Amino acid sequence: MTATSTPPAAPSAVPAATRAGVRRLIPARNPWRHPWFLEGFTWLYLIWSLVPIGIAVLFSFNNGKSQSAWQGFSTRWYYGDPVNSVLHNPQLHAAVLQTLRLSVYTTIIAVPLGVAFALGINRWRGITSSTFNFVMILSFVIPELIFGVAMFFVFTALFTTVHLGTLAEILGLVTWNVSWPAIIVQARLVTLGRQYEEAAADLGANQFQAMRRVMLPLLGPAIFASAVLVFSGVIDDFVIVDLLSSNSGNTPMSVIIYSTQHGGNGGPALNALGTIMLVMSFVIAIIGFIGYRWMTRGERGSSSMSALTTIAGAEG
Amino acid sequence: MARRGQRQTGGTAGKNRFWIALAAPGILWLALLFIVPFYAVLAIAMGQLNRLFESPVAVWNPLRWSSSNVINAFHDLVGSTSFAGPIVIRTIAYVAVASLLCLLIGYPTAYFVARFAGNRRGLFLILLIAPFWISYMMRMLAWIDLLQTNGYLNRALTDLDLTSHPVNWLGGKSVTVVLGLVYGYIPYIILVLYAGLDRIDPALIEAGRDLGLSRARTFLRVTLPLSRQPILTGLLITVLPMLGDYFTNQLLSGAASTSMVGNLIQGQLGTPGLEGQGAVLSMLLLLILLAPMIYYVMATNRSSREAA
Repeated sequence: MTATSTPPAAPSAVPAATRAGVRRLIPARNPWRHPWFLEGFTWLYLIWSLVPIGIAVLFSFNNGKSQSAWQGFSTRWYYGDPVNSVLHNPQLHAAVLQTLRLSVYTTIIAVPLGVAFALGINRWRGITSSTFNFVMILSFVIPELIFGVAMFFVFTALFTTVHLGTLAEILGLVTWNVSWPAIIVQARLVTLGRQYEEAAADLGANQFQAMRRVMLPLLGPAIFASAVLVFSGVIDDFVIVDLLSSNSGNTPMSVIIYSTQHGGNGGPALNALGTIMLVMSFVIAIIGFIGYRWMTRGERGSSSMSALTTIAGAEG
Repeated sequence: MARRGQRQTGGTAGKNRFWIALAAPGILWLALLFIVPFYAVLAIAMGQLNRLFESPVAVWNPLRWSSSNVINAFHDLVGSTSFAGPIVIRTIAYVAVASLLCLLIGYPTAYFVARFAGNRRGLFLILLIAPFWISYMMRMLAWIDLLQTNGYLNRALTDLDLTSHPVNWLGGKSVTVVLGLVYGYIPYIILVLYAGLDRIDPALIEAGRDLGLSRARTFLRVTLPLSRQPILTGLLITVLPMLGDYFTNQLLSGAASTSMVGNLIQGQLGTPGLEGQGAVLSMLLLLILLAPMIYYVMATNRSSREAA
């Protein structure tokens, strides 16, 4: 599993002149040689992409107030410090709980809503269904700021009983994330085709039974994958919760990191908060990957690769 | 075929009612919390200002819409009192440079993993996908740590005698903002490019090589034309969110000299008296982006149909 970014050194026993001679004898270079340059480039990208995160995680264990100079290892920013650690600072503590609360509620609401929507829209052909399918896909690609502005105004000017806060955040996040189950389940319905339902109907099942006993189990992996995507999407969400939160009691982790760092009060406790988010997301990702693999075991075309890209939201 | 047709026409009414009942909650939700909110933005944009509280007053009846916010926003954007014109131009420049860099870095990486990673593909894929699972704020925090005046980058630069005194990277530098945008959004384009390149039939590339094309010419004549669609959708998936980005800029620069359209809209949202103009600008941005958004939807629909 070791890979180098440079080609292996030529055997030193071969003099340079001979090597040049050999090259002249071969008309073209080996057409199937390994693309070392591309591999080196890829590794450089990966180092650039991931090493800074590693350093940021490291600084969450810094035994000092600096986010940029190492002063020894400690866990004070997690629980040791009686005032500023994530455990003891009420604001940071509340942010962790708020993120979890938003993720759980949003997933519980958005997934059933999206799955039912996908099933209904996919089978009910009409102008209303195709219009709303288009609206749903639009909600998937619209820039989050534009959507967040609309949410902000609807809760401050129209649905004013839902004032800014946890409820507004959940309503916004459900709307923003309902497209995951809706899109992934529809893609799965297309690949499944109609034959299972028709077989169930031929065997005497009514629509409800066919749905409950045949279709839902077949859609299981897609529903599971979308739940994983919604849950982790909410953990990482920033714009919607930033615009819809009103006080420190309903501000999740991402917004705390942003506003505290931007306010000039950054410190390793923020790195600790970020690391907690990272661990939460990775746990969800691993559960998602293993669960998806298990649910699709024995299926044609099932592979670790497809499970990986599905859990990242690249398929469907 | 005939039988199936009969069955479908036989119970259409009952069948449809079942599907309508399933779709109804989602439709109602989208109507109330996606379509109505945009009408609310429109009502605020076309509304008036409560002079006493400097708060926007929504006008729900289109016949009574006023154009004062639109006129104000127009004067922000063009003319002698305009301050937003340079922001728009700067946004276009930043987003153009950042998304091109995303493509230039992302394409070779995705190409390598899709074509040459062999049995290490799983490892590479995990490493490419990892940033998706790391919060955007954590990823920005990582760069804030590195770019501080006493951070590792400045220390490396002074150690190597490239600068005599530390550079204030976080003090409003365009380079830093563009770096942040590239770093933030490149995982998305890479995944789109990977999925597109992975779908290219290797037999087509082998055919090119068998017919005597060099590696470079095979790439130019076969692979590149076949990846035109993923390149376009990949660019869109980075450009669309970058145009609404305000947080990258705030965290890595915070200076007015680098502010973008996203900062403009977000800033007006919290400012008394300017919320109406914020609504106009956000509607304007939506209007401009509607065509690329629809193109993106159609393109991804097409490619998923082809894959199925």
